[in-house]
Amino acid sequence: MGEPVDSKVQAFVARSLGLYGQAPEYLLQHLIAVQQQFGWVPPTAVDALAAALDVAHAQVRGAVAFYAFLHDQPRGDFDILFSDNITDRMLGNQRLVGLLAERLGLGLDAPRADGRVTIGLTSCTGMCDQGPALLVNGQAVTALTAARVDRIADLVEEGVPLERWPGAFFRVEDNIRRRGLLLSNPATDGASLRRLLDGGADAALAELERSGLRGRGGAGFTTALKWRFCREAEGGDRTVPRFVVCNADEGEPGTFKDRVLLTSYTDLVFEGMTLCAGVIGARLGFLYLRGEYRYLVPHLESVLARRRAEGLLGKDILGQQGFDFDIAIHLGAGAYICGEESALIESLEGKRGVTRKRPPFPVISGYQDRPTVVNNVETFLAAARVVQWGGYWLRGEGTDQSAGSKILSVSGDCARPGIYEYPFGTPVHRVLTDCGAEEVQAVQVSGAAGTTLAPAEFDRLLAFEDLPTAGSFMIFDRSRDLLDLVRNFAAFFAHESCGFCTPCRVGTALLRNLVEKVAAGQASAHDLQELRDIGAVMRQTSYCGLGHTAPNHVLNTLDKFPAIYRRRLRSADYSPSFDLDAALASARALTGRDGVADHVEEEA
Amino acid sequence: MSTTLSLDGRPIPFTPGQTIMDAALAAGIYIPHLCHNPDYAPHGSCRVCMVGVGGRLVSACTTAALDGMTVESNTETIQSTRRSIVQMLFVEGNHVCPACERSGSCQLQAVAYYVGMLSPHFPQFFPQRPVDASHPDFMIDFNRCILCELCVRASRDHDHKRVFAVSGRGLASHLVIDSPSGLLGDSHFAASDRAAQVCPTGAILPKHRGYEQPIGQRLYDQAPISVVGDLRAQPGGE
Repeated sequence: MGEPVDSKVQAFVARSLGLYGQAPEYLLQHLIAVQQQFGWVPPTAVDALAAALDVAHAQVRGAVAFYAFLHDQPRGDFDILFSDNITDRMLGNQRLVGLLAERLGLGLDAPRADGRVTIGLTSCTGMCDQGPALLVNGQAVTALTAARVDRIADLVEEGVPLERWPGAFFRVEDNIRRRGLLLSNPATDGASLRRLLDGGADAALAELERSGLRGRGGAGFTTALKWRFCREAEGGDRTVPRFVVCNADEGEPGTFKDRVLLTSYTDLVFEGMTLCAGVIGARLGFLYLRGEYRYLVPHLESVLARRRAEGLLGKDILGQQGFDFDIAIHLGAGAYICGEESALIESLEGKRGVTRKRPPFPVISGYQDRPTVVNNVETFLAAARVVQWGGYWLRGEGTDQSAGSKILSVSGDCARPGIYEYPFGTPVHRVLTDCGAEEVQAVQVSGAAGTTLAPAEFDRLLAFEDLPTAGSFMIFDRSRDLLDLVRNFAAFFAHESCGFCTPCRVGTALLRNLVEKVAAGQASAHDLQELRDIGAVMRQTSYCGLGHTAPNHVLNTLDKFPAIYRRRLRSADYSPSFDLDAALASARALTGRDGVADHVEEEA
Repeated sequence: MSTTLSLDGRPIPFTPGQTIMDAALAAGIYIPHLCHNPDYAPHGSCRVCMVGVGGRLVSACTTAALDGMTVESNTETIQSTRRSIVQMLFVEGNHVCPACERSGSCQLQAVAYYVGMLSPHFPQFFPQRPVDASHPDFMIDFNRCILCELCVRASRDHDHKRVFAVSGRGLASHLVIDSPSGLLGDSHFAASDRAAQVCPTGAILPKHRGYEQPIGQRLYDQAPISVVGDLRAQPGGE
């Protein structure tokens, strides 16, 4: 968008400060606003924010460099980011990227000379059931086709503002295909909050305990225990502030169920957060919403406003004196790691999303070092229902250790991608049958960090005791080359590693490069052993879950699909990653010599 | 009542609240480490101090010592894992030991020897990292930075200046300096800062002095780091 006038930037920052205040915790929210307004974060904005919030310049710059959606160089007036999950690739996004780049006459990531447009790639935007997808100035566009991309090129060339783009481009479908315990009914009138006020916090916790509800983000920590720890933290001192955080940063590639819950089950999610606040004694909560879902903000704000008007949020909730609680929406800005709860809290505090040392866990020391409950969107929804309908209601479905149901985001090679809710304990093949998947070669359960399943494992059960999952379920039929999956995930983790610890920071990059070496037909059996060794070091020594799980896809596919690697090996033993002859090309060009003697012969 | 853990079979007493690293250092047992410095809060980022507890690897610097805990440290498997991590640090930056002023008194180099590293093993990344020589008394060679954040912590927690911070993410993570120009010379950094003394490698170096102590006569030329410990523990160290 070119260089904005300094006074305009300063005036905008001043407005943003008026809106969000001068707490350093709001740094990221100010930066996102500036990015949206100017297409980048100009140095004037960095100076103004550093001064107003009393934070170091380096902290402001550090945040800009950390979050993928913030830029210290101008982007185009139209900043277009294609979702680059493996499911987008399977739907042909690379061809569409090429098409748009050709139509608009520019390459990736550099603004066109006239500043009109930038095109880039971004990690999964959570539209896998209706991809390929992109973000334009942060707004989600779905169901891309060559025709749609063509039309986008026209709109960009004509400089049509986004508000006047066809509404159909921005339509996001829920695609709910199977409803169970949670999805069968979105309606609520604050019933769980009345139960809480009637029976008290201990009774509500007792129902949660009876239900056996475990966190739906994947790790499966017992919800009642988490809430109780937070309630009892600081010796139960009620004067110590506590916080409720809803983790709506669903960044696991292939996951999009929270998108649907936030769209169509919004009241239940907020009710679950309010219930939690009532139990632990919090007065403030945050919905940490991934930047990719910023299109949901007006809807979410309107639901919050209605709930305040209905007495379900705000001061003296349901007329109960002293039951005060409100919810603020905080946006993320393109960082997968912020789905990890301690990194999310760092991000909520306006910092780079780097995981914290644990213990202490957030229930003891979370947001602003105060006791904090962080739960997944689905968990809050389930908790509201459990308190409303009782623990046995949830226990009625599922398995011993996994009570209730799980909402899956199904995408990839199947006739009916979308949202499916199943009782825990459902076998993988049941999901495949229901969604119309045929000739299935592999299923990736629980996202890039999850498990790659071969057909022999399709009778395994979706449950904490067998296949724990946050809900991502990506299907690959026999026409697919699974090395494409591996390349996509390896690049994803190298891009998303926060960089704090050595094995993840360096290991993800080493794995990505080795996988590319395999894809290029340059690898040897030695390199496959290297992949295993590096993966093992990352699994054993990384600081947080991202690093522990980042090599899973490589290790799983090496074990279960060795052929995708072996058929590309150049030699059985060792081959160098360094091509000496190619490296001499510039020397030959400089000296103008290109005879036989100026080449290094490859050893046989 | 005394509390004791077993480190490679040796009973080590500790006071509750200490980490495995604290207990080992107090008992004079060396567990290799780079981002740890007892003067600052444990960081846990370099992952060199991994030890075996209950069949898993944990970082000794951030794991609380528990009574009766059995800790493995000096085994070939663990040393091999540590070696891989140190090799990752080497290939990530540009560490040219023979041409470095700190050779022989560099903890990274000394730890590499301790874990038996004979080559970088992994392909080098050869990043482009310009040197900052803008300050009159000190220079920063980012090529040698291993992101231990000791300078960040020392400047923040001891000097109360916040001169250093880490920016970017993933392999693009890098040390930055808090000044309008981003240069050390324009920051509040001073030669007398603790942050000037804590770098375990040769990334932060004084100017106008070089090779005052000849190579071959330096600390780790004489004895391994497992015997003489960190630079900070030395007479004339920080």
